[in-house]
Amino acid sequence: MSVLLDILGSVGMWEAVLRIATPLIFGTLGVLLCERVGVLNLGIEGIMTFGAMVGWLTVYSGGDLWLGMLAAALGGAVFGLLHAVLTVVFGLSQHVTGLGITLFASSFSYYVFRLAVPTSSSPPTVEPFRAYPVPGLSEIPVLGPILFTQTAPTYLALALVAVLAYGLYRTPLGLAMRMTGENPHAVDAQGIDPIRLRIGTIMAGSALMGMGGAFLTLAAFNSFFPTMVQGRGWICVALVVFALWRPGRALLGALLFAFFDAFQLRLQTVVDGVPYQLFLMLPYVLSILALIAMARRARVPQALMQPYRRGER
Amino acid sequence: MRFERREHPSASLTLLAPIGAVLAALVVAGLLIAIAGANVFEAYGLILKGAFGSRLGFSETLTRATPLILTGLAAAVAFRARLWNIGGEGQFYMGALAVAGFGMIPALAGLPAPLVILLCLIAGAVAGMILLLLPLGLRLKFGVDEVVTTLLLNFVAVLFVSLMIEGVMKDPLAFGWPQSVPVPREAELPKLMARTRLHAGLVIAVVMALAVWWLQARTVFGLRSRAAGLNPRAAAFAGVPLGRTLVAVACLSGGLAGLAGAIEVMGVKGYVTTDLSPSYGYSGIVIAMLANLNPIGVIGAALFSAVMFVGADSMSRALGIPSYIADVTVALSLLTMLVALFLTQYRIRR
Amino acid sequence: MTRVLELDHITKRFGAVTANEDVSLHLEKGEIVALLGENGAGKTTLMSILFGHYTADEGSVRVKGQALPPGKSRAAIRAGVGMVHQHFALAPNLTVLENVMTGTESLWKLRSDRAAGRAKLMELSQRFGLKVDPEARVADLSVGECQRVEILKALYNDAEVLILDEPTAVLTAQEAESLFATLREMAAKGLSLIFISHKLHEVMSASDRVVVLRRGRVVAERETAETSKEELAELMVGRAVQRPERLPARPGAVLLEAVDVSLGGKGAASLRGVSFRLHAGETLGIIGVSGNGQTTLAGLVSGLYAPDAGALLIKGHAPARYDVPHAIAAGIGRIPEDRNAEGTIGDMSTWENAVLERIWAPEFSSGGMVRRAAARAATEAIIRDYDVRGASVDGRIRLLSGGNMQKLILGRVLTAGPDILIAAQPSRGLDEGAIAGVHERLLEARGRGAGVLLISEDLDEVIGLSDRIRAIVGGRLSPAIPAERADAQLLGLMMAGDWTAAERIEAEGEAK
Repeated sequence: MSVLLDILGSVGMWEAVLRIATPLIFGTLGVLLCERVGVLNLGIEGIMTFGAMVGWLTVYSGGDLWLGMLAAALGGAVFGLLHAVLTVVFGLSQHVTGLGITLFASSFSYYVFRLAVPTSSSPPTVEPFRAYPVPGLSEIPVLGPILFTQTAPTYLALALVAVLAYGLYRTPLGLAMRMTGENPHAVDAQGIDPIRLRIGTIMAGSALMGMGGAFLTLAAFNSFFPTMVQGRGWICVALVVFALWRPGRALLGALLFAFFDAFQLRLQTVVDGVPYQLFLMLPYVLSILALIAMARRARVPQALMQPYRRGER
Repeated sequence: MRFERREHPSASLTLLAPIGAVLAALVVAGLLIAIAGANVFEAYGLILKGAFGSRLGFSETLTRATPLILTGLAAAVAFRARLWNIGGEGQFYMGALAVAGFGMIPALAGLPAPLVILLCLIAGAVAGMILLLLPLGLRLKFGVDEVVTTLLLNFVAVLFVSLMIEGVMKDPLAFGWPQSVPVPREAELPKLMARTRLHAGLVIAVVMALAVWWLQARTVFGLRSRAAGLNPRAAAFAGVPLGRTLVAVACLSGGLAGLAGAIEVMGVKGYVTTDLSPSYGYSGIVIAMLANLNPIGVIGAALFSAVMFVGADSMSRALGIPSYIADVTVALSLLTMLVALFLTQYRIRR
Repeated sequence: MTRVLELDHITKRFGAVTANEDVSLHLEKGEIVALLGENGAGKTTLMSILFGHYTADEGSVRVKGQALPPGKSRAAIRAGVGMVHQHFALAPNLTVLENVMTGTESLWKLRSDRAAGRAKLMELSQRFGLKVDPEARVADLSVGECQRVEILKALYNDAEVLILDEPTAVLTAQEAESLFATLREMAAKGLSLIFISHKLHEVMSASDRVVVLRRGRVVAERETAETSKEELAELMVGRAVQRPERLPARPGAVLLEAVDVSLGGKGAASLRGVSFRLHAGETLGIIGVSGNGQTTLAGLVSGLYAPDAGALLIKGHAPARYDVPHAIAAGIGRIPEDRNAEGTIGDMSTWENAVLERIWAPEFSSGGMVRRAAARAATEAIIRDYDVRGASVDGRIRLLSGGNMQKLILGRVLTAGPDILIAAQPSRGLDEGAIAGVHERLLEARGRGAGVLLISEDLDEVIGLSDRIRAIVGGRLSPAIPAERADAQLLGLMMAGDWTAAERIEAEGEAK
């Protein structure tokens, strides 16, 4: 019991929660945007992988850290455009297209990585984002180190939650986006092209996914290796359901998730006799439980996964 | 620009779609090879030579195609009924693990080999089924989308395998490497070609493809599962029991993926590790789509993928092009196939 | 008077089909014009061109003298044209205000001015007597309220010309009446309106002028005051309407009996304590405004659902199980309400569609194997006997026209020789010729002693085919009246839930 309390009482663990949550926040917001306009984006796993790779590679080749984040965002947007062309313009199956994007984006990332960095014994590293203590605020006892001694992309992710929450619910564009996810015919009838709106939103959402991936290689770790995304993308897809498609709840979900992850990581080291694999399963099992819990309550965007073609009902 | 549905999609166009898709994927992959500074034609020549050029290469290609046919079938039967089983990878591992576990039963020792093989195959298939029935149950009971749950279960399954082979099923003679105890000799599948890894699993896979074709084209179950996939509401109106049909489809799909894992252990590896599958489960999805969900077509699509994987390995050694180019090509061919299928059904109008 | 809207020589083709040919139409300020035509006459296409959803191949649209650029709904909205769609273009999960405000502000504004939006909405709502709660979720509104929101949406965009596509299709009689009163008031306040309809009585009562469309062409234009229902009917159909003759019924034993059935609607309206009897050799018509439980009733009889309470007796017995195979095996033939979504599977072949619902019968399968030869032969017989044009045994059924698809469904149902026939909206969306064919088949089935349960929203159809008629309102069935006593007024009362007259008539019948 005291072991548990020790873990829960350690500032290090709470500080880790935000760090672990950051890529999930980026990814979940990305998926949320896409689904809000009615498109499932299962490309996320691959797009995060590509963001992780291209962000890292940009910095490894001498680029600035923020240039790396930008490259990941642009890369994500390009894959988003591909997804949008296939699912929105052509109206192809969103499930299969998304998986195709994931398979393509991941294998492409590994290919480019191997081209750039032929096999070596230890993966090369870059100098990652350092924690940036917010002047003044980081001095606050306990809260300071937990909330205000993070890396800059973490602050960015938190800011994005607020921006999206405001944007979706308080601006005309956000209203049009929500409407597109509910009934694209209605948007069209009001003179807004739902197809262009969908394409743009998917690109934006995919850019966020790319940045989530880049956080892994540029802040959480300092190198790239294949399969490093480890299903985080799929977890984000589950988190969006848990979040009932709301940015604020998405943040909450990501934090809750990261809390369990941080907790189990520390628990592993102190609890004997329980195989570590059980701890590692926890995130995936939790995601499934979250899906079950929300399945009946979810107010799914009505037009999710329904392609829109003019004149067809 | 707008799209107009073709009134009569021509059969020849539909047959040409996969060929066009593969060619388009090869062109894009060729660009990537060229960017890497190699001669594209030389590279593709080496891939073909690696896959077909020698007795060993050829047998490797067929060996590689064996699990791919089965995982491809698993995806094809599920997708046809609009059951989005993306969990082939996890089901593959559960099938593999089940065989290794089943092989540990001492009572097997005295039994004749064909019986042991049969029992092991069944054990593998059942394990795959169970892993898919779980998410299907969640869909039928709670309305949870099976795409995400099957994906997540893939990770759980691999961790479970890891748990077992580092725990109760660990091989004490493996110098500390995490691998399972080997399957008993009686459970090993006979070889088809001497001094190669090619084994009788290929025959099983091809027979399965034919059986699935027969099931879909000739039986009431096939008709009903297709109806359930194409239009569940009309199927229900026609009296198709949707739940039961999906459960049967899930048993078939999960069973085939589990069988793939079982056969890979019994035919090639002899024991289970966590890197047993170079994403056979995920490739199965590509193969199923490339075959346009046709069970016979799955054989061809699996061969194409196997050629790419085996050929790219040897090409990679010769030219220094990362062998990931095979994965890129196969993944690309899924996307190009989707577009090709679209073009068979719609025509583009200005 | 000033012309607010002119359509000049509009022609629109879809592939080989000409939907509109050389159509000209104009609208004066403060006028209500009815656009009358059958299904498929090209009404909706014409209005979609006006509203910029389609681009006309030839011809032009002018609003207040200014030509509208083709294919841009935004331009139509700006010019003051508003459209109220038949299938509401609303988002159920958003609020009324959100639905109304979407697209009315510049997309790049950093803050949506909701207070101003609400004020404008409330002002419009008051001025035209269209009561709504701006914060209500659209999913919680009734159909009539949804339509109000649709109209308000158009008015919010400062529409001066309002186009309503089949506005009464989903309304109750009272709702329709109050809608037309509102439209009159709007016209009086200077708005100009076009409403699309195929219902003669509402055209006669609500419009100033009628334009009749047939096969994509304008065939006549009349001042409403100077025409009659009969003339319009003939203009619309192109010939005097002839319904098949109905011989007197010879009712036999009770074939189907519902005893106080309650059933929660699966996504549709529920049934509350429904009782009725259907005899051999008679047609029982169930009339009602859509959304009052018809779909659930049809599903119950078709074997899709079991009753939550009460019982459905087939020839005096409750079936062993309430499911489709048992229903069919007990002799129920089912014509579904939606051919495309429920009756057929578009991407399957004709023969598969023809036998799927009886695939368990020994005729079509043995030992789990499909007897393909038998199935194909049976399909060929249906195609031949029921004159299904354009169908081949192996062709995909998607390619058939609505009328031929219905013939195939009739064929697969009737060749099994059902004792009980449930026909839900059997002529919906068909042209006159096809409707006559369907009616003939239904009368034939009744003639050979089957009991026919006809569920329909079409007054003429129900009066023309039924022996007895009940109305369905809010999941309850009215008393039955004999068809001879039925007229539009009495049925209108029954559909509105006023059953006093019907009760009296039923009591008279029992006294005899």
